[in-house]
Amino acid sequence: MEWLQQLINGISLGSIYALIALGYTMVYGIIKLINFAHGEVFMVGSFIGFISISVWGLGFFPALLLSMTACAIFGVLIERIAYKRLRNATRIAALITAIGVSLLIQNGVIYIRGAQPAAYPDVFANTSYNFFGAQISSQAILILSVSVALMLILQFIVHKTKIGKAMRAVSHDAEAAKLMGINVDNIISATFAIGSALAGAAGVIFGVYYTKIDPLMGVIPGVKAFVAAVLGGIGIIPGAMVGGLVLGVVETVVSALGFSLWRDAAAFIILILILIFRPAGIFGKNTREKV
Amino acid sequence: MSMLKVDNLNVYYGAIHALKGVSLEVNEGEVVTLIGANGAGKSTLLKTLSGLLKPKEGTIDYLGKSIAGSAAQSIVKAGISHVPEGRRVFANMTVEENIELGAFLRKDSQGIKQDFEKVYATFPRLLERRKQLSGTLSGGEQQMLAMGRAMMAKPRLLLLDEPSMGLAPLMVKTIFQVIKDINKEGTTILLVEQNANMALSIADRAYVIETGRVIISGTAEELQASEEVKLAYLGGH
Ligand SMILES: Nc1ncnc2c1ncn2[C@@H]1O[C@H](COP(=O)(O)OP(=O)(O)OP(=O)(O)O)[C@@H](O)[C@H]1O
Ligand SMILES: [Mg+2]
Repeated sequence: MEWLQQLINGISLGSIYALIALGYTMVYGIIKLINFAHGEVFMVGSFIGFISISVWGLGFFPALLLSMTACAIFGVLIERIAYKRLRNATRIAALITAIGVSLLIQNGVIYIRGAQPAAYPDVFANTSYNFFGAQISSQAILILSVSVALMLILQFIVHKTKIGKAMRAVSHDAEAAKLMGINVDNIISATFAIGSALAGAAGVIFGVYYTKIDPLMGVIPGVKAFVAAVLGGIGIIPGAMVGGLVLGVVETVVSALGFSLWRDAAAFIILILILIFRPAGIFGKNTREKV
Repeated sequence: MSMLKVDNLNVYYGAIHALKGVSLEVNEGEVVTLIGANGAGKSTLLKTLSGLLKPKEGTIDYLGKSIAGSAAQSIVKAGISHVPEGRRVFANMTVEENIELGAFLRKDSQGIKQDFEKVYATFPRLLERRKQLSGTLSGGEQQMLAMGRAMMAKPRLLLLDEPSMGLAPLMVKTIFQVIKDINKEGTTILLVEQNANMALSIADRAYVIETGRVIISGTAEELQASEEVKLAYLGGH
């Protein structure tokens, strides 16, 4: 049952990628910007969770909610301060700004608290359950159920609520959405808020699962989640979920087969293959760019 | 009193001067049509009226209030709906969701429900296809959807940009009949058309626009009789 164990590890890792990838893909879907500062929102969310638990003594769920709320506000601030004025600028200008914001946040956090890592406190007694011969930790179950719940909530918001419908309308045709009376600026902010809240949740979950966090922790998961979003089809929400899970499982399998040094490379090999053979991603239709 | 009064409107795209001092009026209850060749500035005018473009100079008064440069959502709220050129339905969403979005600013769920039924009564084809993704509709059905969607905002003034574009004659007739009906029920209409014959046949008054300027205006009968208009826009007969 070794493979089942690896599969579960892969899915746990993958669901973290998926939560981050959702923010990339939602923001891209709505303003065609690869928000490279998104990994830093994940990092900040992880630290907020850390402080909530170890300094303020909150439990896991209050810490999760606090981190999600704070990240939602943080994401909106980033959008309003850094990106909004670039709405009509070239894509490269916005991309460079995103990289600048990312560096600013990393170094801002280092300036405030130093670069040393922190150890996430234990919020759960780590019991293991035997599941068809595989050892599943309570944390893995927790990660999975929280991720799945968040993705279900997201699907509900996007498909059933007024704001979600407005988000889909804006992402398809912002000008036509304006003609419906939709305030596009508000919808863009809402998109940043939701995507950032998911990144914040991923940060807390990551901390609980991997226990070590530091100000540069957002870089690699950020890039991997970006690969996951491209893999699923950038701009497509279910694509980000599937892309994240696939990437997590592939990475775990690569390590399990004894190529752990190649683990990080796997993501980039996937990215290159996708860009060559199926640039629209798994779920993307290879249609023309919107004019 | 005129419902919409546009005076000396100047609109630019960067250095391109697209509207050069356009003035026109629409009275409550009228169908006014705006005809002109490709690139004359018809769509630019409608986009400026609905707040998608900001004028550099000139005034737009709607029901006695200035709306020049206002945000699109406040213009929708004030009662102007714009069915854009090319329909611009939300292809990734169902017919029903598209119609629902038309009522985005409304809170009266009862009234919304009634208007839903009204749209389906006007366009029974949309009812049959309500769960279908709107990107898979035919051009004529998309035009119906775009118009139904706009009507959900309960507009007092409806701006229509080339509703007959790319449609077969029978469908054009259907759409024009609906435009007449909508007008009869009290919605004022500003209709942009390439199909000048059709447009003049249902309009009260008309403006001809050429390279950003209004060059002719008058009643529909006057324009139908004008040699100049016949030659340039009515196929020369
Ligand atoms: N986004 C834009 N950027 C630059 N120029 C534009 C833009 N949109 C329109 N124009 C220019 O403004 C002028 C008026 O265009 P507009 O679309 O209003 O014409 P139109 O009368 O609607 O034509 P058509 O019948 O082909 O739809 C044209 O010369 C056009 O090239
Ligand atoms: Mg046009």
